[in-house]
Amino acid sequence: MSISNSATLSMPVGGLYHRRRIVNKVALSLALGAAGFGLFWLVAILWTLLYNGLSAINLPLFTENTPPPGGEGGLLNAIFGSVIMTTVATLVGTPIGIMAGTYLAEFGRNGKLAEVVRFINDVLLSAPSIMIGLFVYELMVVRMGHFSAWAGAIALAVIVIPVVVRTTEDMLKLVPNSLREAAAALGAPQWKMITMVAYRAARNGMITGVLLAIARISGETAPLLFTALNNQFWSADMNAPMANLPVVIFQYAMSPYEDWRQLAWGGALLITVTILLLNIGARLLAGLGTTRK
Amino acid sequence: MTEIALALTDQASTARRARNQRLQDAVFRNATLAFALLVLLILGGVTVSLIDGALPALRTFGFGFVTAEVWNPVSENFGALAPIYGTLVTSIIAMAVGIPVSFGIALFITEMCPAWLKRPLGVAIELLAGIPSIIYGIWGLFVFAPFMQSTIQPFLIATLGQIPGIGNLFMGPPYGIGVLTAGLILGIMVLPFITSITRDVFETVPPMVRESAYGLGATTWEVVWNVVLPYTRTGVVGGVMLGLGRALGETMAVTFVIGNAHRISSSIMAPGTTISASIANEFTEAVGDVYTSSLVALGLILFVITFAVLSIAKLMLLRLQRKAGV
Repeated sequence: MSISNSATLSMPVGGLYHRRRIVNKVALSLALGAAGFGLFWLVAILWTLLYNGLSAINLPLFTENTPPPGGEGGLLNAIFGSVIMTTVATLVGTPIGIMAGTYLAEFGRNGKLAEVVRFINDVLLSAPSIMIGLFVYELMVVRMGHFSAWAGAIALAVIVIPVVVRTTEDMLKLVPNSLREAAAALGAPQWKMITMVAYRAARNGMITGVLLAIARISGETAPLLFTALNNQFWSADMNAPMANLPVVIFQYAMSPYEDWRQLAWGGALLITVTILLLNIGARLLAGLGTTRK
Repeated sequence: MTEIALALTDQASTARRARNQRLQDAVFRNATLAFALLVLLILGGVTVSLIDGALPALRTFGFGFVTAEVWNPVSENFGALAPIYGTLVTSIIAMAVGIPVSFGIALFITEMCPAWLKRPLGVAIELLAGIPSIIYGIWGLFVFAPFMQSTIQPFLIATLGQIPGIGNLFMGPPYGIGVLTAGLILGIMVLPFITSITRDVFETVPPMVRESAYGLGATTWEVVWNVVLPYTRTGVVGGVMLGLGRALGETMAVTFVIGNAHRISSSIMAPGTTISASIANEFTEAVGDVYTSSLVALGLILFVITFAVLSIAKLMLLRLQRKAGV
């Protein structure tokens, strides 16, 4: 009985099994190949960046302003402009984002309005940044009659807001309700409960969100192209066009001058390293938050 | 006597404080509400300002704006067909490269790679997703485009270009820059996005489901194809749509290598343009209301396309979340 059974079964099953194993092997090899292929290009990009960027990094890069074609110079004014506009954008966008995120997590919760805001926020989160640039151009540049660092900063702030809204909400939702109830039981009004208990419990996560937002805007080029524009000279006037790294990189890389291209590589490496550090910092901070709980 | 008075004033002050707190709560609550509404207002503002800026062009050209290929700043005659075509074709190429490769990477990370490599690899992919698109752009211009010109494009012309029919897609001189190059760079750029979402949704599959399939004797591939993928289908599609949204609206990675030519060529190796590349290249140089307005109108078209794609992506991811929540 058992012998005949295994005899009738083992033949077709053996063939089928063989075929399944081959299909499995082929599919997994393809996946492995795809993974290798994808990672190869990503590594190639980083390597080129490092190779070309490192040779462009030197002291004048940080101490001199952007040069005219063929001249010697650095990226000082562009670095300064980027730092200023990123700072202003973060200072403007963060409170707005935190407040809106607070509404979603603490008050709106599952209400209709919160659903809509959440949905729109997620769309804004991945909306093409060039549209934000056009929006701020129409909103500010057309009305003021000239390009300005303010417009650039506001465009970046509009990009900061959805990132901060999203992380604030997510992090506040992780705060256990028992903490809120304990605060309420002590007689704390809701705003105190939120600012002094919930925010504190979610602090690391919320800072992570802000760091991620800064990382996101420090490489944004498209929204600055027609808001802050560019400035070849040193300028600290928020009402005038201001140099900034991404647009300088764009212009210099597209130029036919070897010196400018060198500077573009240097700037590109600078931006990438900054963003990687911000991301890693955000990650470490988020890790701290979870291990403490 | 004094005790009663004290108690009374105490009560009064408590009542006052309660009133104050209620007021503070109301203020705080409404302030957060106002900022939440501001988020809606931003999207409203984007919509209104794009429509407002696009009106002169739409009034001049009417619906023909969308169907005309012409783009002539001198005679002020504009049509959006070439940028729309370029946007769609580059995104299709990007997806054709990006989807299978990111699926492969996600499969490798979740099912194949040794446990110690899982986290570092996942983190690396997520860090790569943070690299700004301008880096992909200048890499494309200085490294990838010359490589395309010297190696890949001559090869394609010599092989696929000789086949009647699809050969038309691969004809013409190898410029290096062009629609194909831009599409491939976009494909590399969306890899980390799609991969990290795909990996995330793959990991929402309960271990029990996965292990049951393994327990029944399924091979790794069968588990992925017949269990994991059907389970996470909406999430994977959502992730792909998010990547598509990125590709459609991407500016800097494309602008460097697309060639900015407002025409539709049968060959995908010819220079072309996309909506965002046209805006980035021409906006600050545009003179005259109709020119500027035509570029804003391009932005409006991009807005409509990406809004639709992102909404669908979001709805699909939401549906997966609800399923996972149940």
